[in-house]
Amino acid sequence: MTKRDLKGYWRKNLQYLGILLTIWFTVSYVCGILLAPWLNTFTMGGFKLGFWFAQQGSIYTFVILIFVYVYLMNKLDRQFKVQED
Amino acid sequence: MDVQIWTYILVGATFALYIGIAIWSRAASTSDFYVAGAHVNPLTNGMATAADWMSAASFLSMAGLISFMGYDGAVYLMGWTGGYVLLALLLAPYLRKFGKFTVPDFIGDRYYSNFARTIAVICAVIVSFTYVAGQMRGVGLVFSKFLEVNIDLGVLIGMAIVFFYAVLGGMKGITYTQVAQYCVLIFAFMVPAFFISFQLTGNPIPQIGFGSTVNDGSGMYLLEKLDQLHTELGFAAYTSGTKSIQDVFFITAALMIGTAGLPHVIVRFFTVPKVKDARISVGYALIFIAILYTTAPAIAVFARTNLIETVNEEPYQKMPDWFSTWEETALLTWVDKDDNGIITYAPGAAIEGAPELLRDAQGEIVRGHYGEAKVTNQPAEGPNELYIDRDIMVLANPEIANLPAWVAALVAAGGLAAALSTAAGLLLVISTSVSHDLIKKQIKTDISDKAELMWARISAAGAVMVAGYFGINPPGFVAEVVAIAFGLAAASFFPAIILGIFYKKMNRQGAIAGMIAGLLFTLAYVVFFKIAFPEYNTPEHWWFGISPEGIGTLGMLVNLAVSLAVGMIFPEPPEEVQEMVESIRYPK
Repeated sequence: MTKRDLKGYWRKNLQYLGILLTIWFTVSYVCGILLAPWLNTFTMGGFKLGFWFAQQGSIYTFVILIFVYVYLMNKLDRQFKVQED
Repeated sequence: MDVQIWTYILVGATFALYIGIAIWSRAASTSDFYVAGAHVNPLTNGMATAADWMSAASFLSMAGLISFMGYDGAVYLMGWTGGYVLLALLLAPYLRKFGKFTVPDFIGDRYYSNFARTIAVICAVIVSFTYVAGQMRGVGLVFSKFLEVNIDLGVLIGMAIVFFYAVLGGMKGITYTQVAQYCVLIFAFMVPAFFISFQLTGNPIPQIGFGSTVNDGSGMYLLEKLDQLHTELGFAAYTSGTKSIQDVFFITAALMIGTAGLPHVIVRFFTVPKVKDARISVGYALIFIAILYTTAPAIAVFARTNLIETVNEEPYQKMPDWFSTWEETALLTWVDKDDNGIITYAPGAAIEGAPELLRDAQGEIVRGHYGEAKVTNQPAEGPNELYIDRDIMVLANPEIANLPAWVAALVAAGGLAAALSTAAGLLLVISTSVSHDLIKKQIKTDISDKAELMWARISAAGAVMVAGYFGINPPGFVAEVVAIAFGLAAASFFPAIILGIFYKKMNRQGAIAGMIAGLLFTLAYVVFFKIAFPEYNTPEHWWFGISPEGIGTLGMLVNLAVSLAVGMIFPEPPEEVQEMVESIRYPK
């Protein structure tokens, strides 16, 4: 593995982090807190939407985000042949 | 059989299980003791992390707390789960690749400085002790409520159990007992939730139940009904809350970042064999945690609705049996301010301070005109006549919902599992900080593995004693300080670790200055508002409307800013350190 390849691996990793953390911030801080009062004017079943994001939806999203990251990184590891076996 | 016999059976059986596991998984080397030999399966580690993480507070107090906070309870729900995303993406895989034993290890090696290592040790010990005292107290409380054992004796029994498996097995023993404890605690938490959700809404799945219609033929949604009850009684609507948006924002952030900086959580990801195991292991951990954390807000809504419907504007004499049972524990009190025998529930305090039961010369509880337990407290201003301790919402939930006795006993066993598993994880951090980061790395570097293991056991034993002492004689400020542990972790460790991984040129001067600045800033703010001048602890005195619970977020920013500024003045770190940073970024 050359130094340049490793730079490419790291850059890709940072890109994934940027995207996933933006989603992380959006569901919790934006939908669950900053926009919650406005989202509460919509409902989903018996839930006001802002309340649902704050007490349920953000947690489900967190779980999904981690598994997406695991999937992406395992693929990236193989692509750059840095996986451990 | 009554609740007490069931409790003896369930608590006895689970304790026997924990001891059995401890004997089976003794530690043979320091690697076993510190990181379970780094052989733990990622799924097992996920479960152990969940038990490690979910404390007596998560299990016993959180749902109750949320039921009194409504929407605002989201700070705990998001704050104590969102940190795992940070752990998975920003910390766990890299620290696993680094592959040593403790968090101070990383700080010390990365910043090529024993001074930095010592600061990290001090932070780890402060954070862990404030947290562990609360766990021991939790053990004592469960014993006293369910088995009518004296609180102090309860703490001693808890100490003996933890002593046994933490000192004998270290991380190895703790890991496998935590797996058992997770199973006990999640079962104990979910069973009452299924029952109550089904009773109230006809849907047994609590996460769906609390968004469904009420089972009384009115066709009204449960949350809609609760909002309506709240408004009628003069409370803010349940789904909107009362804290300011910026305070909710800052508290949530402090808890998330603090979670990702807590040493007893981070160290769990040193125990799996590979980098990719560390990544997925965080995912498993969060699934196991999310089961409880998405159920808790549902329980909060069920309990709140049940409570208001049972007590409000009803005569005391029509109250079910549990009412007087819980009055005797001073967690529930009614003062008949208008002397009409009817319970009025409204916003505001019912009495001055926490209830003190009035007893006669024989020590018997004095009961009033309607049979209510009398208290010595002065009634407070305002119409509210009911004092309800928040912890009661989980503890009494099975009785309020009329569930069988074994369910109530299960809650006791679950509460103990939650408290013991967290206590053990914290005690391990304290003991490794002493035996590894102080003795092995600084005082006596030529110590043999066997002697180091011996020291690890001695310090674990010492830490159990100190934790027990604080459990029996809790300093008055413990409750205030536990939430603050997160702020301290956020303001000290988190930026130092993140910069250590993502900013190769960060040097020791910057990191040390940053950690000290973040820590002192956060401590000063908290001590000022919580201990020195509690009378000023109101939103109009806070900086930018940030409460002491949320100040860790600002502390973290202070740490970052100081680190970067001071770091610029001094030379880059040595070549070999930069190479190490480079190497932890790739799994191989």
